[in-house]
Amino acid sequence: MHVEEDSLHGVLGRIGRPVADHRPWPRYTTTPDGWRALLDTLAGNRWTLVGLWGEPGAVHVALREDLSGDLGVVSLDCPDGRFPSVGAVRPAAIRPERVIRDLFGLVPEGAPDGRPWLDHGVWGVRAPLAAAPVPAAAPPLPEPYPVLPVEGEGLHQIPVGPVHAGIIEPGHFRFTANGETVVRLEERLGYVHKGIEGLMRGRTVADAARLAARLSGDSTVAGSLAYARAVEAALEVTPPPRAVWLRALMAELERIANHLGDIGAICNDAAFAFMLAEMGRLREAVLSTADACFGHRLMMDRIVPGGVAVDIAPDGPARVLELAAELRRRFPPLVRIYDDKASLQDRTVGTGTVSVGLANRFGAGGHVGRASGRGGDARRSPSYPPYDDLEFEVPVLTEGDVNARVWIRIREVEQSLGLLEQIVRRMPGVPRDVAGTTPLPLVPVTADRAGEGMALVEAFRGEMLVWVRVGADGTVDRCHLRDASWFQWPLLEAAIEGNIVADFPLCNKSFNCSYSGHDL
Amino acid sequence: MLKHILKALTEGPVTMPGPAPSPAALEELGQRVAGAARVRLGRSLAIREVDAGSCNGCELEIHAINNPVYDLERFGIRFVASPRHADVLLVTGPVTKNMAEALRRTLDATPDPKWVVACGDCAVSGGVFAGSYACVGPVEAVVPVDLRIPGCPPRPEDLLSALLALLEVADASP
Repeated sequence: MHVEEDSLHGVLGRIGRPVADHRPWPRYTTTPDGWRALLDTLAGNRWTLVGLWGEPGAVHVALREDLSGDLGVVSLDCPDGRFPSVGAVRPAAIRPERVIRDLFGLVPEGAPDGRPWLDHGVWGVRAPLAAAPVPAAAPPLPEPYPVLPVEGEGLHQIPVGPVHAGIIEPGHFRFTANGETVVRLEERLGYVHKGIEGLMRGRTVADAARLAARLSGDSTVAGSLAYARAVEAALEVTPPPRAVWLRALMAELERIANHLGDIGAICNDAAFAFMLAEMGRLREAVLSTADACFGHRLMMDRIVPGGVAVDIAPDGPARVLELAAELRRRFPPLVRIYDDKASLQDRTVGTGTVSVGLANRFGAGGHVGRASGRGGDARRSPSYPPYDDLEFEVPVLTEGDVNARVWIRIREVEQSLGLLEQIVRRMPGVPRDVAGTTPLPLVPVTADRAGEGMALVEAFRGEMLVWVRVGADGTVDRCHLRDASWFQWPLLEAAIEGNIVADFPLCNKSFNCSYSGHDL
Repeated sequence: MLKHILKALTEGPVTMPGPAPSPAALEELGQRVAGAARVRLGRSLAIREVDAGSCNGCELEIHAINNPVYDLERFGIRFVASPRHADVLLVTGPVTKNMAEALRRTLDATPDPKWVVACGDCAVSGGVFAGSYACVGPVEAVVPVDLRIPGCPPRPEDLLSALLALLEVADASP
C-alpha cells in the first residue's frame, strides 16, 4: 500500500511502531521524540483529536485525518510519569489531560492548565486508577477551586450550581457579567464522577456492558452499541445480521426521542411552553413504542457484546411503522409553528453562536458541529453496518446559533424517521432453527483470547468513542468511554460570550451536553 | 397554531388516568412517619429534584411525569426551583463523593417538615456503581430517606403512584 508521506498513517508509521492485535484501526507506540514530532503536526488543523486517555504508565491519543477519514491511535509509555502536553498545542486536549492527571497521576508537561478537573479532593485517594494509587485524606468539604481571575470595571460574578433550578444534572457555572452581558463563562464539572472506568476494570465483558449502558442514560443505546462494537473488534466477533439491524433501529428511536425532547425544552427555555407539551407527547409516543418493542422505555441493556439481549416483539415492526407515520403527520405542523413564531425566532436566531473555526478546532460533532459547518457523522465516516447500506442525509448549516442547532435536530428527526422505515422493511427475518424455535440474534463472546478494539458510534449528541483492551481471561483490562460532550462543553463557554445571562438556558439546552457522560 | 390548539381541545385530553397510590410506598411511609409530627399540606407537595450522581436516566423519566400524558401537576404535586420552596427532595444517583456535600446543604436549605425520596436503583442501593472509590453509596448513607422508588430507571407510572402515596401521608393531619 502506498502511503503519502505527510498523511496520518505516513506520519504515524514514521514516528511509531504498529502494535499487533489492535482493531479495526492501527495503533502505534512511539517515543517522547516521536510524540513531540506528532505535536508539531497537531498544532495545524488537518487532524482532529478524537480521544485522549491514559492507563497506568501510558497515554493514548486517537486521531482522524479529516480529508481521508483515516483513523489511528498513538501511544506513549511514561515510565517517569510525564508526557509532553497535547493541550499546549490543541485546546481540546486540555480537559482530557487534566483527567489523565487526576485518574492516573501522569503529568502533562507544559500543560496550559494545571488545575484538577474530576478530582474535587474528596475521594480519599489520589490517582485512583494508577498502578499505585496514593491514599489521601478524605475531607468532608471539597477543595477550594481557583476559578480563572477576571478583572475589569463594572464586572460581577454569578455562581450557579452544582444544584441547578431545573430537573437537570449537576455542574457549576461561573458567569462573569457586565450588566446583563456575559463576558466570560467558566464551567466546572466532575460532580457526577462515578469512577465508571475504574469499575469496569477486571469485570467480564458482559458485566462491564451494564456500566457502559449507564455512561449517560439518554445515550444508553449508543453507549452500549459503542462498547459492544469495541469488544467485538477486539475479539474479532461478528454479530448476527439481524442484531446489527435491530441495534440501528434502537439507535434511531433513541435519536428521535432525544431530539424531540430537546426541541421542546429549548422552546420552553424561550418561554414557549406549548412546544414542550407537544414535543413531550411525541417523545412519549417514541418511548412507549420502544417499551412495547424491546421491553424498556430507554432500551437499556438491550445491546450486548455479540448481538442483542432481546429480539423485537412480534408486533414491533408494525408499531414502529405506525410511530413513523404518526410522527410524519404530527411533527411538521409543529415545525411550522416554530418557524412562524417571531417571538421565538427572536430568542433563537443569532443567539449563542459557535464559529466554524472553533467547531473545527475542537472537533465538535453532533448538532453542535453540524450547525457550525462541520459535517462529520460516524454513521457516514468511518461508518458501520447497517448504515453503509441505508440512505440518509447528514444536515449541515453554518450559522452556528441556537436556531441552527434546532434546525439540525429537526432535520435529523426527519432523516431518522426515514431510517426507521428502511430498517423495518429491510431487516433480515427471524431465523428459525430445525426445532422451529427462534434463537436470539446473539453469538457467544468467548473469552479465550486477548485483544484491543476501538469503535466510533453516532449518538444523538455526536460521535462516541470506546476503546477497550480485553485480557486473555475475558475481563476488561482497560476501557475508555468518550462521550461527544467532551468536545462540546468547551464550546458552550465560547457560545455564551457576549450574550445576555437570560439566554444561557437556551444556549445550554441547544447543546444539551451530558454531565454524566463527561464526568465518567 | 390556534387551529392546532382548537383541535387539541376537541380531541379531548391525552392524559392517562391517575394510578392508585403505591401500597408498598404507603406501607414504607406509614412506618416512617408513625409518631412523627404530621402536617396538613393541603394536598399539595413541592418537590426539589437533586441529581446526586445519576446517569440522567432517572431525570428523563422524572421529566416524563411532567409531560401531558402523565401530568403530575393535576395531583397538586409540582417541581420547584429552590429547596427553600420544597417539601420533598427527590434524589437520584449513587451519591458521588463530589456531590455529597451539595446534597447535605440542599437538605439543610429545605424547611421542615420535609421528606427525602430516593429515586432509582442507584439512589436506593448504589446500583451498578456500588463500591466505587468515587461514590458514597445509597442516598441514606448521606441523608435520612423516607421513601424508596426502585427501578433503572423507575417507570413513570411507578414514580406517579409513589408520589401519590407521599401526598396521602403528607396530607393526613393528626
